[in-house]
Amino acid sequence: MVEIPAGGADAVPAAEVEDMELYHPKSWWTKYVFSQDAKIIAVQYSITAISIGLVALVLSWLMRLQLAFPGYFAFIDADHYYQFITMHGMIMVVYLLTALFLGGFGNYLIPLMVGARDMVFPYANMLSYWIYLLAVLILVAGFFAPGGPTGAGWTLYPPQSVLSGTPGGQDWGILLMLSSLIVFVIGFTMGGLNYVVTVLQGRARGMTLMRMPLTVWGIFTATVMALLAFPALFVACVMMLFDRLLGTSFFMPAIVEMGTQLQHAGGSPILFQHLFWFFGHPEVYIVALPAFGIVSDLISTHARKNIFGYRMMVWAIVIIAALSFVVWAHHMYVSGMNPAFGFFFATTTLIIAVPTAIKVYNWVLTLWRGDIHLTLPMLFALAFIVTFVNGGLTGLFLGNVVVDVPLSDTMFVVAHFHMVMGVAPILVIFGAIHHWYPKVTGRMLNGVLGHIHYWITFLGAYAIFFPMHYLGLLGVPRRYYEIGETSFVPPSAHTLNIFITIMALIVGAAQVVFLFNLIWSLFRGKEASGNPWRATTLEWQTPQTPPAHGNWGKDLPVVYRWAYDYSVPGAPEDFIPQTQPATAGLTREVMR
Amino acid sequence: MAVVLILALLVVGSVLFHLLSPWWWTPIASNWTYIDNTLIVTFWITGVVFVAVVSFVAYCVWRFRHRPGNRAAYEPENRKLELLLASGTAVGVAAMLVPGLFVWNQFITVPTDAAPVEVVSQQWLWSFRLPGADGKLGRSETRDITPENPLGVNKNDAAGLDDVIIEGGELHLPVGKPVHILLRSIDVLHDFYVPEFRAKMDMIPGMITYFWFTPTRTGTFDILCAELCGVGHPQMRGTVVVEEAEAYQAWLAQQQTFTQLLASAELQPAN
Repeated sequence: MVEIPAGGADAVPAAEVEDMELYHPKSWWTKYVFSQDAKIIAVQYSITAISIGLVALVLSWLMRLQLAFPGYFAFIDADHYYQFITMHGMIMVVYLLTALFLGGFGNYLIPLMVGARDMVFPYANMLSYWIYLLAVLILVAGFFAPGGPTGAGWTLYPPQSVLSGTPGGQDWGILLMLSSLIVFVIGFTMGGLNYVVTVLQGRARGMTLMRMPLTVWGIFTATVMALLAFPALFVACVMMLFDRLLGTSFFMPAIVEMGTQLQHAGGSPILFQHLFWFFGHPEVYIVALPAFGIVSDLISTHARKNIFGYRMMVWAIVIIAALSFVVWAHHMYVSGMNPAFGFFFATTTLIIAVPTAIKVYNWVLTLWRGDIHLTLPMLFALAFIVTFVNGGLTGLFLGNVVVDVPLSDTMFVVAHFHMVMGVAPILVIFGAIHHWYPKVTGRMLNGVLGHIHYWITFLGAYAIFFPMHYLGLLGVPRRYYEIGETSFVPPSAHTLNIFITIMALIVGAAQVVFLFNLIWSLFRGKEASGNPWRATTLEWQTPQTPPAHGNWGKDLPVVYRWAYDYSVPGAPEDFIPQTQPATAGLTREVMR
Repeated sequence: MAVVLILALLVVGSVLFHLLSPWWWTPIASNWTYIDNTLIVTFWITGVVFVAVVSFVAYCVWRFRHRPGNRAAYEPENRKLELLLASGTAVGVAAMLVPGLFVWNQFITVPTDAAPVEVVSQQWLWSFRLPGADGKLGRSETRDITPENPLGVNKNDAAGLDDVIIEGGELHLPVGKPVHILLRSIDVLHDFYVPEFRAKMDMIPGMITYFWFTPTRTGTFDILCAELCGVGHPQMRGTVVVEEAEAYQAWLAQQQTFTQLLASAELQPAN
C-alpha cells in the first residue's frame, strides 16, 4: 500500500507503438463463421462447449437411472454404462469446462478487460476454434463407430483401455478418444498462446499487471498452466496410440489376457498414470482458477466493495498454479507407486490448502461491510462459496494420504470432485453468464427464470453430492455398474441412490430453463445499458454495447486505477471506472 | 433474504445429516483404527471450518444487504488479519497432516513377522497363493502362465513347489496374525479392496504391490475390485474368511499345493 498523490498515475507515456491495422472481415462468412474477432470466437466456443455439455448431462441422467433402477432400462447394459461414464467425464472436464472457461470467457474477456482491440494472433485464434470443433466431432464420432466409444473411464488407464475387456478397447472407441484429445491439445495451444501473449503484450496504457481484474489473472494463469500441462497428455495419448496400433510397449507389460499371452513386454502402466495426472491435476486448477478470478469480480462488483486483499489474491493464484504441478501423485496414493512418495505428495497437497483458504477468506471478507446486492451473479457467487468450501474441505480427506486409503475409489471421491470442480465452477459459469450477458447481447437475462434455475440448481446439486460422500464412507466403490449383493451395503443405501437420481433428473431438467432464458432473452430480454452493474472494469466502458469490431472505437482506453474502486470515500458514485483519471486535489490509497 | 435463511438451513441440515445419517463406515476388522481416528480428526476440523465460513457468509449477507443509502466500506487490505487467517489455516492443516503422515509410515512399514499372502487378479477373478511349510513364496512370472500353471509360478524354484494355490476360491486368514498382502495382476489393473480392513491397493501387471494389516476379528468379508478393470468390474468378487488359528490350519490342510496342481494337470492331459 502506498500513498500516491492524485495525478501520479496520470503520468503515462504516450503510445509509442501505433495501432496495428485490424483485420476487417469482407463477407458474411468471414464476419460470423470464419471470424477472427475474439468476441465471435468466444461465442462459437461457448455454444459448442455448452452443446457438447448437454450431451454429458444426458449421459449423467442415463448412468444415474442405472444406479437407481439397476437393470430396469434394457438399453443401459454394462458396456453402455462404462461408455457413458467415460464420455461424461471427459466431456465435462476437457470439452466443456476447459473450453468454456478459456476459449469462451478467455476470448471474450481478455481483450476487453485489458483494453486490447483483439487477440494478438487473430488468425491462430480462429484456427483454435475450428480445431476444437474438429476435436469435438471426432469425440462424438465415437458414439457412431463400431463398438461405440471407449468405456475405459475418463482416466483411460492402460492396459485395460486398449484391451478387449473394455468397451472400445479393441475397436474404434479408444482410437477416436485419443485422436480427439490430441487434436484438442493442438487447437488449445493456438488459443492458449494467444491468451498469454495478449495479456503480456496487448494491455492498454496504464493497465499494469497489478491493475488487472482477477478474472484476467485467473484465466491468464490457467492458460499458462494448460500450456505446460497439456503436453503431458499429448505425449501420453501418442504413446498409447503407438501401443495400440504399432505394437509398442510403452505402457504394456507382459500380459495374459483371457488365457492368451500378448505380444507386449516391459512397459509400465503406472508411467501412463504419472503422465496423465501430471496433466490431470493442473487441469483441476485450469478449471478452478478462471472460476476463482471470475467469482472475485462478481463478488466485488455486486457487493459494491473492492476485493479484499487484491495482492494476496493474485499471489494466491500464482502460488496455487505453481504448487499444482507438484501434487499430481495424490491421485495415485493407492496406485502401487513407491509408497514413500505419499509423504511428499500429501505434504504438498495439504500446503495448497493454505493459499486456497486465503482466497475463500478474502471472498468472504469482501462481503463484510459491503453493500450486497442480491443479484443473480451474487447469488451464484454465494452458492459457489458454499459448494467450493464443502468440496475443498473434503479434499483435505483425500489429500491426506492415509485417510485417502479407505476412501479412494469410492463414491466419496465422486462426490468430492463433482462438488469442487463440477458444481462450484459451473455455478460460477452461470453467475458469469448472468453478469456478462448484457454486454454480449445488449439485453438482460430474465430474472424470474434466473431465480427458478438458480434455486433448483444450487440446492439440487448440493442434495445430490453432499449425501453421496456418505455412500463412499460406507465403502460403496465408484464405477460400479451395479452394486448387487454386497454384505456391507444396507438397503437404505439403495434408497439414497434413488433420491440422488431423482435430484439429478430435476437439476438436469432445470438447465432447460436456463437455456430457454438464454434464447428468449436474446429477443425479448430487457434492453441493457452499457454498464448495467455500474462496474469499474474496461469491458463496461466500451463505446457500443455489444462492443463493435475493434472494441474501442477510435482511441484505445487509458487506465488510471486498479479494477476495484468501489465505494471510494469522497467519490460521488459508488464506483470509479478504471478509465477515469484521478481527480486533482484528492489523495487516496492506490494499489501499486 | 431467502438466501440467508437457506444458507443457515444448509449449515444446520448438513450437520444434522452427518450426525443422523445411517450411512457410516463398516465396523473395522483390522488394526487400522488409526486411519479411522485420523478421519475423525479431519471431520472435526473441516466441519468446524465449514460451519464457521458458511454461517459467516449468511451473517454478512443479512447484515450488509443493500438498503437505500448504504455504502460499502473501503478497505483494500488488512495485512494483520490476512496473516492471522493464513497462519491459523496452516496450524489446522498441520494438525491433520502430521498424524496422517505418522500413520502412513506405519501403513507402509511391514512388520517382520507378517506372513506373506499373495493375491493374484485377472479379469474377473481372484486367486491366492500361500507359502507352504518353508514359509516362502516361490518366484513367479507372467510369462510362465499356462493352463496348468495359472499363476505363473516358477517350476525351477524349490521355494514355490510347496506353495498353496487357491484359484477363484475364498481366502482364509488367521485372526490376530499380521499379514503381508502381496498383490499381482496378470492382465490389467485391479485393486484388492475389503472395506472392513480399511486398506486397499492397486494391482499392476508386471509389478508386485503390497500392504499389510492384522485381522482383529473373525468373520466373512466381501472382496471387491476397486479399480475399473473392464465390463466385469462389479462382478469381480471374492470372500475372505478370518477365523481362529485351528480352523485356519484345518482349512489350509485341505488346499492343494503347486506340486499337486501340476500332478493333477498331468493326469488329465489337455486334448
